[in-house]
Amino acid sequence: MKRIEAKTVYKGIALGKVYVMQKSDSSVNRIKVEDSENEIARMHRAKSIAQDQLKELYDKAVKEVGESNAAIFEVHQMMLEDLDYVESIENIIRTQQVNAEYAVAVTGDNFAEMFAGMDDDYMKARSADVKDISERLIQCLKGGASQEDDFKEPVIIVADDLAPSETVTLDKSKILAFVTVHGSTNSHTAILARTMNIPALIGAEMNLDEVKTGMEALVNGFNGEFIIEPSEELKEEAKGNIRKEKEKQELLKQLKGKENVTLSGKKIKLFANIGSISDLGYALENDAGGVGLFRSEFLYIGKNELPSEEEQFQIYKQAVQNMAGKKVIIRTLDIGADKQADYLHLGKEDNPALGYRAIRICLTQPEIFKTQLRALYRAAVYGNLSIMYPMIISTEEVAKIKQISAEVKQELAADNIPYKDVEEGIMIETPAAVMISDELAKMVDFFSVGTNDLTQYTLAIDRQNAKLDAFYNSHHKAILKMLQIVTDNAHKEGKWIGICGELGADPELTETFINMGIDELSVAPSAILKLRSIIRQIP
Amino acid sequence: MKEFTYQVKDQLGIHARPAGMLINEAKKYKSVLTIDTGAKKAELTRLMAVMALGVKCGQTVTVTAEGEDEDKAIKEIEKFFETNL
Repeated sequence: MKRIEAKTVYKGIALGKVYVMQKSDSSVNRIKVEDSENEIARMHRAKSIAQDQLKELYDKAVKEVGESNAAIFEVHQMMLEDLDYVESIENIIRTQQVNAEYAVAVTGDNFAEMFAGMDDDYMKARSADVKDISERLIQCLKGGASQEDDFKEPVIIVADDLAPSETVTLDKSKILAFVTVHGSTNSHTAILARTMNIPALIGAEMNLDEVKTGMEALVNGFNGEFIIEPSEELKEEAKGNIRKEKEKQELLKQLKGKENVTLSGKKIKLFANIGSISDLGYALENDAGGVGLFRSEFLYIGKNELPSEEEQFQIYKQAVQNMAGKKVIIRTLDIGADKQADYLHLGKEDNPALGYRAIRICLTQPEIFKTQLRALYRAAVYGNLSIMYPMIISTEEVAKIKQISAEVKQELAADNIPYKDVEEGIMIETPAAVMISDELAKMVDFFSVGTNDLTQYTLAIDRQNAKLDAFYNSHHKAILKMLQIVTDNAHKEGKWIGICGELGADPELTETFINMGIDELSVAPSAILKLRSIIRQIP
Repeated sequence: MKEFTYQVKDQLGIHARPAGMLINEAKKYKSVLTIDTGAKKAELTRLMAVMALGVKCGQTVTVTAEGEDEDKAIKEIEKFFETNL
C-alpha cells in the first residue's frame, strides 16, 4: 500500500484499476529541409486538419460540458491562428531550414514559457493550452491521428498532466477519476472534471514509472489522497462511502428539475439563502428555483471603507447573470452594532438587537442607501433582480424608501445610465410589521418573513442566551398565528409571501407552511432537495 | 489617429475568451489597432500578445486606431470593451 498526497479538484471517492495515460510520442527530431516554402505549406495543411479536429472537439464539449466550458476549444482554434505563433513557426522553418515539427515544438515551448512566467495564476495556466495546440499540430504533421486509449472497464486515469482536449476526448462513462502529477486548480481540465462530476486530484507527488496500468487504487477526493494497492480495510470503507455518495447523487438525480408539489397538487417555491457570490454555485447545484435571500452584508463587513457603487454593481450583476433568469432577491444593508464595520462608527449599544441597524441606518444616512440602490437598479438590467428591505416597523418607513428610490431612479435617468424597475418587498421580522401587514401589503410587491428575528422579538428571548433554552419554542403558536395573519394579508392584496428564516427549512413545519398558503421557502442550498423530497410525499 | 482609454472591469481581466472575441472584432478593420498598458504594447489582432499583456481588473489601457476606417474602428472597439470587459 502506498499513500500519495494530492490536491483535490473535485471531491468524490473512486476505487478501481489504474490506467496510466502516456503522452503520445511528442518527441521531434531536428531535420534539415531544403525547400522551406514547401515545408511551410505542409505546416499550413496540418494546421487546417488540426482546426477541423478542434471544431469537432468544441461540438463534443458543448454537448457534454456546456458552452461556457467548451469555449476553451474556440480559444485553441484562435491560438492556432495567432499571427505571432504562426510567424514564429514560419521564421524558424525559413531561417534555420528545418522541419515543421521542430519549428512547432520550439515555438510552442517559447510561448508556453512566456505564459508560465507571468505573475498571474490564470495566465500561467494558459501555458498548458499552448502546449496542447502545439502537440496537436505536431501529431497532425506526423500524419498520425491522436492515439485512441483503449480500456474496457471504467478506470482511474493517471497521467503526468492532462490537456483539456485529452480530457474531453475520453469516454466519460469509462472514467472513475483523474489523478495527475501536474496541473492547476485553474486549468480547464480541472473545470471540466468538475462539470463532469468526476473525482479529480492534481499535484499527486509520485513517480509515474512506479505506477502501472492495472494496479488497484483508491482516490479519495475528500481528504486529497491517492492510495495505490489499498488495504482490504480501506477498500471496504471506500465501498461504503461510494454507496452513500451514490445514494445522494441518485436522490439528486431523481429530484433535480422536479417540481416542489404535494401529492394533492399544492406547489411551493424553494429558493436559496446565500451570503456571498461564491455560494451561487451551491444554489444552482442544488437546483434552487432562485435566490430568496442574498445577504449584501459581506460587501460591507471586514472592509475599511464603504463598498463603491461600481464594486457593488459588478457583484449584483454577476449574481443575476449566474442565476440566468431565475429570481435573485437582494436584501439591502442589514448590519448593526453587533456586526463589524468600523468605518460606519456605529458605536457600542447596550441592546444592538433593538438598536441602530439595517433600514434605520439607511434612512438616517441616505447616501449609503442611495449608493446601494443605484448599484441594484443598474444590475437589474442584466437579469431577474428583486430588492428587499429589512427591519421595517411602519408604513412611513416604506413611504420614505419609495421616495428615496424614486430619487435614485431619476438621477440614473438624468445621467443616461441604464437601469430597470424591479419587484420590491419587505422583510417581516418585527411584531409591529405583522400587526400592520394589511397596510404594508398595499405598498409593496412581496413579503419575506425573517423568522429568526421575529421569534426573538415576539418571545422576548435572546437566542444566544443558553439559560433561556427551556423557555424557547421555535414552533410557538404565537409565531405560527403571526405567519397566518401575514400570509392572509399578503394574499388579500394579491401579493406573494415567503419565509427566509431558519424556520423555513424545518421539515416538521413544511406541511403547515403549505397549508397556510406560503408561496416560497428560502433555505440553505443544502436543504433544498431534502425539502423537495418531503414536499413530494405530503398528501 | 484615434484613441480611447478604458479601465477594465471584468474580474478576470482580459482573459482568454474575451481576448479571442476582441481579436475577431479587431480583424474586421483595415486600421492598425494597438493596445497599450503603459508598460507594454501589443497589436490588437495578435491574440497571444494581447493575452501576454496580462491586463488585470482595474487596470487602464489605451487603444489606438490608425488607418482609413479609424473612426468606425475606434467606436466599435470601445463599444466592445464596454460590453465585454
